[in-house]
Amino acid sequence: MVDVVVKSFSGFGVDENSLISILGKWDSEEAKNFRKRTTKFFIQDERNFEKWVAEQLDQLKREFLRFQGAIVLWTMHPWERDARLIHDAMSDEPKSYNVLVEIGCTRSSDELLGARRAYHSLYDCSIEEDVASLVIGVEKKLFIALVSSYRYEGPKVHEETAKSEAKTLSTAVKNAAKKHPLEDEDVVRILSIRSKLHLKSVFKHYKEISGDYMEEDVKAYKSLKHTVECLSTPHTYFIKVLEEAINPDANEKVKEGLTRVIVTRADVDMKVIKDEYHTKNGATLIDKIGSIANGNFKDFLLTLLARGG
Amino acid sequence: MSTLTVPAQVPSAAEDCEQLRKAFSGWGTNEELIISILAHRNAAQRKSIRQTYAETYKEDLLKVLDKELTNDFERVVKLWTLDPAERDAFLANEATKKWTSSNQVLVEIACARSPQELLLARQAYHARFKKSLEEDVAHHTTGDFRKLLVPLVSSYRYDGDEANMTLAKTEAKILHENILKKAYSHEDLIRILATRSKAQINATLNRYKNEFGQDINKDLKADPKDEFLAILRATVKCLTCPEKYFGKVLRLAINKRGTDEDGLTRVVVTRAEVDMQVIKEVFYKRNTVPLDHAIAKDTRGDYEKMLLALTGHRDA
Repeated sequence: MVDVVVKSFSGFGVDENSLISILGKWDSEEAKNFRKRTTKFFIQDERNFEKWVAEQLDQLKREFLRFQGAIVLWTMHPWERDARLIHDAMSDEPKSYNVLVEIGCTRSSDELLGARRAYHSLYDCSIEEDVASLVIGVEKKLFIALVSSYRYEGPKVHEETAKSEAKTLSTAVKNAAKKHPLEDEDVVRILSIRSKLHLKSVFKHYKEISGDYMEEDVKAYKSLKHTVECLSTPHTYFIKVLEEAINPDANEKVKEGLTRVIVTRADVDMKVIKDEYHTKNGATLIDKIGSIANGNFKDFLLTLLARGG
Repeated sequence: MSTLTVPAQVPSAAEDCEQLRKAFSGWGTNEELIISILAHRNAAQRKSIRQTYAETYKEDLLKVLDKELTNDFERVVKLWTLDPAERDAFLANEATKKWTSSNQVLVEIACARSPQELLLARQAYHARFKKSLEEDVAHHTTGDFRKLLVPLVSSYRYDGDEANMTLAKTEAKILHENILKKAYSHEDLIRILATRSKAQINATLNRYKNEFGQDINKDLKADPKDEFLAILRATVKCLTCPEKYFGKVLRLAINKRGTDEDGLTRVVVTRAEVDMQVIKEVFYKRNTVPLDHAIAKDTRGDYEKMLLALTGHRDA
């Protein structure tokens, strides 16, 4: 099985159907074993992940152009994947800050830590440093804080604190015309250091205090809106990314959202995303993708979508 | 370099546990036996002893130490027995709870540890205190202190040796400009200190000295009473010359009328396996008294014996 994949990665022509069904169905253990065993393509990084050999990666991208980057993204170690996604989001024009927010807010604490490690290995500096030099504007402080977070993931929530923090956020939002909410240290601090469970409570109190959902109130501030969405209802956010990516008028970068979301969420919450997409749009995601994507790319995405039911 | 001495033939964890158990049994406690074992085992060995003790006697060794020992001796032994990440989490938590603007423990943990050690401390913090270190630091600190400390404890610096000289030049300038206009808590100043790798910071501060004539810490002494400046100076020192920083903490701990046991214990326990040898040399150069003499003069009993054992004193 591994041989088929190695062969196809080596440019020897490939039976795409086999490749799609093997890669599309393997679990994370098999993926890890594959990376560990194919020392031609992956080297063991000192920071504890299997890293793509750079030249091979470039060759593979060319080889699998038809797959629109999906194969490449899928075979990568998740840490390397997130590190590269963050780097590209900040470096390539037009910048896609939402990807930064997406990764900073929807990964688990340890996954985000892993991405930070991989970033050191790939780019010889920390994510925070690159954010500080590549991001211009008021979002800088928020982004640095988001990628530096190591949120507690346990069940403890302090209701009184959640209430008072909801009030702080609500006041900051009401004052938005005078002071940009992201210039408010408390806003940045609350959103970047509190646990996700705590924030769910904060957002609940926010609605009670201000009458509206926070993501509605901060609609005008894109990065803030994405942050709140990713922290409170990530599937709603991901569905929007998919819808925009599927839109025929979308530019290249936005289109990449399709591959990115499917690859990164396939084993996390894809089922919920599919269900909610269906409820929202009437049609299923599978049908939609079946109708707009072509060939091997389509088959690969559909195989990924079928994982986990 | 470490000053810890471990015997050439180390008994098994089971044997050590049996001896420790003997040390606790009967009336009173055999402190010498405890010191002779625990003070001569490295972190991995101590961890193994704790695990074996728990499996064999169904008790947490730390709880037993808590019951059997008292005062400074208890504190030094307990802190020493903890695994470094848990110890840092414990010290950090203590520091936030009784935080005052002169407290530098958080800076020590954020800056004198390697990026990996800080990460492990943050993980240990979650496990033990059911929240993140950043949350507690943010909760217990205010104003400029919070602006500096939260980013410092959240950092995960690149740990490579390369430094970019152009960047060093630019950032030395940024630091200098902010210091000139007394904008000590300016976000750029804080960002540089909280996100750059140690190698980069060293390069930047060398550049600073060459370009502007003095060490940055001399410029940061503009107001000797300003506690925020003191914390900034501690940050710089912990990042660039931790041995000198810790040598000073020791000097102040021992010279005060009475001894600051907390400071003395903390430095010995957290550096014994790291760079205590260098700290001793720095201490001697600065004070012309060897560290063990200073410790022996100012402390007594089992507390003194434990400290001397950890700092590599021959007779202990």
